[in-house]
Amino acid sequence: MKISMSVNGKPVSAEVETRTLLVTYIRDNLRLTGTHVGCDTGQCGACTIHMNGQAVKSCNILALQAEGADILTIEGLAKADGTLHPMQEAFREHHGLQCGFCTPGMVMSAVDLVNKHPNPSEETIRAELDGNLCRCTGYHNIVKAVKAASAKM
Amino acid sequence: MGDMNTIGVSVKRKEDYRFLTGAGNYTDDVTLPHQSYACFVRSPHAHAKIKGIKKDKALRAPGVLAIYTGEDWAAAKVGGLPCGWLITDVHGQPMKEPLHPCLAQGKANHVGDQIAVVIAETYNQARDAAELVEVDYAVLPAVVDVASALKQGAPQIHEAAPGNTCYVWALGDKGATDKAFASAAHVTKLEFINNRLVPNAIEPRAVNASYARHDESYTLYVANQNPHVERLLMTAFVLGLPEQKVRVIAPDVGGGFGSKIYLYAEDVVLTWASKRVNRPIKWTAERSESFVSDAHGRDHATTAELALDKDGKFLALRVHTKAAMGAYLSTFGSCVPTILYATLLAGQYTTPAIYAEVTAVFTNTVPVDAYRGAGRPEATYVVERLVETAAREMKIDPAEIRRRNFIKTFPYQTPVALQYDIGDYEATLAEAMKLADVAGFPARRAEAAKRGKKRGLGYSCYIEACGIAPSAVAGALGARAGLFEAGEIRVHPTGKVTVFTGSHSHGQGHETTFAQVVASRLGIPVDDVDVVHGDTGRVLFGMGTYGSRSLAVGGTAIVKALDKVVNKGKKIAAHLLEASDTDIEFKDGQFKVAGTDKAVPFGSVALTAYVPHNYPHDKLEPGLNEQAFYDPSNFTFPAGSHICEVEIDPDTGITRIVNFTAVDDFGNIVNPMIVEGQVHGGLTQGIGQALTEACVYDKESGQLLTGSYLDYCMPRADDVPSYKVGTKVTACTHNPLGVKGCGEAGAIGAPPALINAITDALGIREIEMPATPERVWRAANKKA
Repeated sequence: MKISMSVNGKPVSAEVETRTLLVTYIRDNLRLTGTHVGCDTGQCGACTIHMNGQAVKSCNILALQAEGADILTIEGLAKADGTLHPMQEAFREHHGLQCGFCTPGMVMSAVDLVNKHPNPSEETIRAELDGNLCRCTGYHNIVKAVKAASAKM
Repeated sequence: MGDMNTIGVSVKRKEDYRFLTGAGNYTDDVTLPHQSYACFVRSPHAHAKIKGIKKDKALRAPGVLAIYTGEDWAAAKVGGLPCGWLITDVHGQPMKEPLHPCLAQGKANHVGDQIAVVIAETYNQARDAAELVEVDYAVLPAVVDVASALKQGAPQIHEAAPGNTCYVWALGDKGATDKAFASAAHVTKLEFINNRLVPNAIEPRAVNASYARHDESYTLYVANQNPHVERLLMTAFVLGLPEQKVRVIAPDVGGGFGSKIYLYAEDVVLTWASKRVNRPIKWTAERSESFVSDAHGRDHATTAELALDKDGKFLALRVHTKAAMGAYLSTFGSCVPTILYATLLAGQYTTPAIYAEVTAVFTNTVPVDAYRGAGRPEATYVVERLVETAAREMKIDPAEIRRRNFIKTFPYQTPVALQYDIGDYEATLAEAMKLADVAGFPARRAEAAKRGKKRGLGYSCYIEACGIAPSAVAGALGARAGLFEAGEIRVHPTGKVTVFTGSHSHGQGHETTFAQVVASRLGIPVDDVDVVHGDTGRVLFGMGTYGSRSLAVGGTAIVKALDKVVNKGKKIAAHLLEASDTDIEFKDGQFKVAGTDKAVPFGSVALTAYVPHNYPHDKLEPGLNEQAFYDPSNFTFPAGSHICEVEIDPDTGITRIVNFTAVDDFGNIVNPMIVEGQVHGGLTQGIGQALTEACVYDKESGQLLTGSYLDYCMPRADDVPSYKVGTKVTACTHNPLGVKGCGEAGAIGAPPALINAITDALGIREIEMPATPERVWRAANKKA
């Protein structure tokens, strides 16, 4: 089936199998490999992107369901000149990443978190990041980074 | 130029920009021209005879290029997967090493065992066709736990290993230990299950193998911690390929924790098949496959006893452990419950007599191998649970009993083979107690009690051995590989530097830490130094990253290469400055004639080496590019004190960690930010083991009951606290950086501290890991 959507501000369209997941479309068709697959079951959050301004797990929806949507992936978060988004900058500043695999999904979730809770407490940050697994950082520095970014967003 | 010294500075990581912008390049991100895809057919049974495999229907499915089974594998006359460490048993006999086939040979031995591989144009086509492969199984009884596997009449997994026993191995002086127990004033005895864990790096394992017919070479992208070892094992021991024809690239790797050290069947099968189909083949594990094919960790059943005199002085320790190997021997599975476990049973204490006996057991489960800490968490759990329990039984303060038994003079030879070079355990514990405000604990406990909550405090004073070495000793103990590391410093004509290291970073930040070491030594900016790792085509050689060895072993190889660069630079500078080599000193990026103001900067010397117009050609070759190999003279011995404070709600059984303090001695520290990050991550994995994570097999069917993140409880952000971390420094005495290693400390120290805190809170002697709300609630309410 034919699908069309906007990804990182650019219109894209393609012919896909109906069973194609949105994450597969983003990674394989668009070659935007910053969005990762960690568990296939909506549990780890590595595939988190924004769809119409909301964080969603792109392994849990079909590409067809994103017909006409505005999609933002990690590749579209920094400014065109390469300047990092405050959340990306805060992750760097506070060592909120190690292997980097969960990072794109974690950052996209964190941006959504701060959009919803402009000045989040540690408890709110930890509760809201419940849908994203990180095996490296122990979350300590991620929590610090999100708190720091919330002051700058 | 003094400000070029960044040792001890939290330099922001060079690798972060790419990871934060989606520009990381992990194995699954690599798609090659004419890419094809593989899907494995895996056994749904824990133990079954394979009576036949029909692949005709699957072969006719759309897009299918090839299907291979164990028959094809046998016909190709290639080998099984090797085990890298030979353990010799108590009778002097070699351990049993049953065939570890890449595709099952007539019998499946665990759920997830590889039966066949389907290769197709797309992954969906491969997956669809895999469902059409018909395997006729005759299901056999299965055995999944060590105690049952050793019973008379238990199902036998391998003909080559009667009684499902791989080896019975022992370390220490049994006579002296038994004698000390006979005269002890007090004996504390505990039985433990060290729960089986699934490493769960968030990047699933992945392989992309290709073959070039024109020069008969192979290229393998693989999520792996040690690409040269992967290549050596695969070419020399399994496929018999010329080593120089195989390039192994481990690009960005999304976490390892041990699970990506090993040579896996999928890596070998894809490499082998890539020549047969003459196409690049990619396989990426789905998470449900990771659970049944990544090597698991821990899985010990132990009985341990500590003998003490009337003053709480440790007299002897006696340990009997049954350790699961799983269905086959994984690459380093055999050395984990022996060389990396029993040798650590002295802990931080002067216990004079220790005896440990380990029985390694085959079970119908995924193979078990090193997982963050590897043997050392199991040893620390035994020692620190016994020590804390003994203190309570003898009514001695748990910190005091430790102080009475700490090793205080170094070097110290333990009764279990290791010689600790240095440490200061009293100071480390004192610092942890201060940070944790142990003095204020009774008041906090009383306050919690008023709210109906139960507070507890637990200690853990761990020791670990990192940078396993030296090769000759390891070889005498059964290692089938060297344990050195290699490094290369390539100074470019402009004075910029590329470092090639055999260590591999999969989150540890080597691109930054190693650049800091090199830049500080050469007196140049960190930005002038790039680090290359993870590619046998670019890096000279390497043993890779595991066992917290990278900076202590890999960093030292780099320092040795740097010394050669500086020595050659001195000769070039002497020529330029018309002085004698021996009069040149190198400091802050300047080659100087000692006692004068005559100097040339590092950059000029580099340029001269590559534009050798005015050059001592009679004495020196042009160029400035040096390599070094480093084989350590001993392990390093990081140690620390962890203190955990919990608050338990007896109505719900929920344990909240209200305070977790870790003070560690990692020797000198290059980048404190990165080191703290390693501690945080390790602690969380340790807390995961103690509080949430359990890999559970059904005892009857051998099915894995915890095969997804819905059933296997990974610690999430709201399960763990923010940590208080500190460091004490005693510099390692036998490497030039004075560093020890920090990657595994948290995972080693945390479990006993947490369980000691829970048992303290509830006033109970034992609770099994993970201390889930159900177990805690039952314990809390049984007593009440």
